[in-house]
Amino acid sequence: MKTLFDKIWDAHVVTPESRANPATLYIDLHLIHEVTSPQAFTVLRERGLPVRRPDRTLATIDHSTPTLKDETGEPLYVSEQSRTQVATLLANTAAHGIETHGWDSDARGVVHVMGPELGAVQPGMTIVCGDSHTSTHGAFGSIAFGIGTTQVGHVLATQCLLMRKPKTMAIELEGELSQGVTPKDVILAIIAEIGVGGGTGYALEYRGRVFEQMSMEGRMTVCNMSIEAGARCGLIAPDETTYRYLRGRPHAPEDYDAAVERWRALRTDDGATFDKTVRMDASAIRPMATYGTHPGHAAPVDDLIPDVFGEADERALTYMKVRSGERLSAQNVDRVFVGSCTNGRLEDMRATADVLRGRVVAPHVRMIVVPGSESVKASAEAEGLDRIVRLAGAEWREPGCSMCIAMNGDKAEPGELVVSTSNRNFAGRQGPGARTVLASPETAAASAVAGYVTSVAGLEE
Amino acid sequence: MIEPLTTLTSRTVVLPTENIDTDQIIPARFLSVTTRDGLGVHAFNDWRWAADGSPTDHLLNTPDAQASRILVGGHNFGCGSSREHAPWALSDYGFRVVISSEIADIFRSNAVKNGLLPIVIDPRAHRWLLDHPGAEVTVDLGARQIRLPGNGGTYDFEVDDFSRHCLMQGVDELGYLEQQSDAIAAFETRKEDSSSRIR
Repeated sequence: MKTLFDKIWDAHVVTPESRANPATLYIDLHLIHEVTSPQAFTVLRERGLPVRRPDRTLATIDHSTPTLKDETGEPLYVSEQSRTQVATLLANTAAHGIETHGWDSDARGVVHVMGPELGAVQPGMTIVCGDSHTSTHGAFGSIAFGIGTTQVGHVLATQCLLMRKPKTMAIELEGELSQGVTPKDVILAIIAEIGVGGGTGYALEYRGRVFEQMSMEGRMTVCNMSIEAGARCGLIAPDETTYRYLRGRPHAPEDYDAAVERWRALRTDDGATFDKTVRMDASAIRPMATYGTHPGHAAPVDDLIPDVFGEADERALTYMKVRSGERLSAQNVDRVFVGSCTNGRLEDMRATADVLRGRVVAPHVRMIVVPGSESVKASAEAEGLDRIVRLAGAEWREPGCSMCIAMNGDKAEPGELVVSTSNRNFAGRQGPGARTVLASPETAAASAVAGYVTSVAGLEE
Repeated sequence: MIEPLTTLTSRTVVLPTENIDTDQIIPARFLSVTTRDGLGVHAFNDWRWAADGSPTDHLLNTPDAQASRILVGGHNFGCGSSREHAPWALSDYGFRVVISSEIADIFRSNAVKNGLLPIVIDPRAHRWLLDHPGAEVTVDLGARQIRLPGNGGTYDFEVDDFSRHCLMQGVDELGYLEQQSDAIAAFETRKEDSSSRIR
């Protein structure tokens, strides 16, 4: 009797863990980007080491890339340092023969959007990236987690990592979601329930009909934010939805039907035990938004801001300029950001356009919509979504991480309130002094139109 | 080469806030670098420097803090982004030890690889440390013990043998992994039949 996590972990152990040593774990897929890899390539150069498996490594540029270009199509970098960082990635991957999606690729995108689109992310794999939102790929029934730059070097050089096996936690949602409740609301409700440190030391498995009925995009949104509960990874067992999504993608296995047959074994056995189980009622979840400075500070959008306890939480409310017992709708919105590895996929672009269609963004709100990849951008434009976004008065940008991490020049000014579909509302995350409210694309778009924080239902009242 | 760490006595710097995330430790706009050196000036940048670049009156700007080697943080220290720039910045600032009642997984892993010892301590000892900022504390990695002054007491902490060995000897893990290249090659031979590569 094994959990899904245990099955995948056990299949990748090169050297078992002992009291003295961690396990040596084999990594099937290593995703890399410009921010967390340059120092790792430097170590390889200093030691004269090659990349062991360039064929298991896949690179993109996303964090430092601008979302605006000049009239000649040249990207408008925020600094020479950013331009150099991108150039360094491209030089390093070219030198080592690593498949790279730079400016000239029609597949380039946010690393956690692009990897699945290329079909490189598959059930049963171990996947790492120097980026904590690598947990996204657990949506395919893989063990996927973020690592530091030293470990990026370890994987480049040896295709392995030293790690102790985490504990397992089942997140079981019982019942059905209500109308208008999105995957983003589900994961924010889960983080609010277990806390931002509640998953520390655990691998999560999301279980129940709600997840079985979710699209791959929705599952990625959920798994993406596992790290916001402190869990390095979170996974969902693969099923027909997974197999349909991957079929025909560029890196999907050649003998696809045989691969699907192998993948069918990737389920937690009946009777397998988790170290911890958390049960929640899906029908109680409502559209969510954050009111504080970490993703656990989340509550239903249209409810009163809850009471808080302790100095840290009080400081969070002070930073956000809100009070317990107030409504978030009392807050004027200055900016809205739709995008990121959490909510930058085609489904998210559609959800945003559905709310914006026939409406306009409030005059005091600046809204930018940033597709998660060139592929998302092209598909959305083929559907005319960019036109709806522009007609509503919002900006339609080039793909990248953009205002999620705010290191490419896309940021808010001090004190501004941003409703953002990204994953972190930490103080200063979207610019020094910026105040972030995390929400779904639907709620973000509704808030842009209303000019204050609201759910779609609140807008339509 | 990492400087070995065995025992260390230092006054503490206490940042009691819970859930200090790595965006606080080093904001993303300082991650555009391609080297790892000199990030200490940006450790807790937005707490220490005003928008115009002038220093704030934050504790970390005092000479006492700058002489300290031990940082005590609130519960769930180092959550959020996996950026290794966070331990790089803390090490460059001068810290060798970070103590909390809970430390986020990725930060812990990154810290060890940079000669920065993450200690998850008993909540009572943590409380004592929060209540006695600037106390002179001894960390004994060999004995896996932390000794508090006066009647603070002595507490054991857990650190796995491998991390302890690496920190005490100042060795990095890559050499250990490289020694396993035969086992890795054998594993790859077994594996190639059963799962696909990306190309």
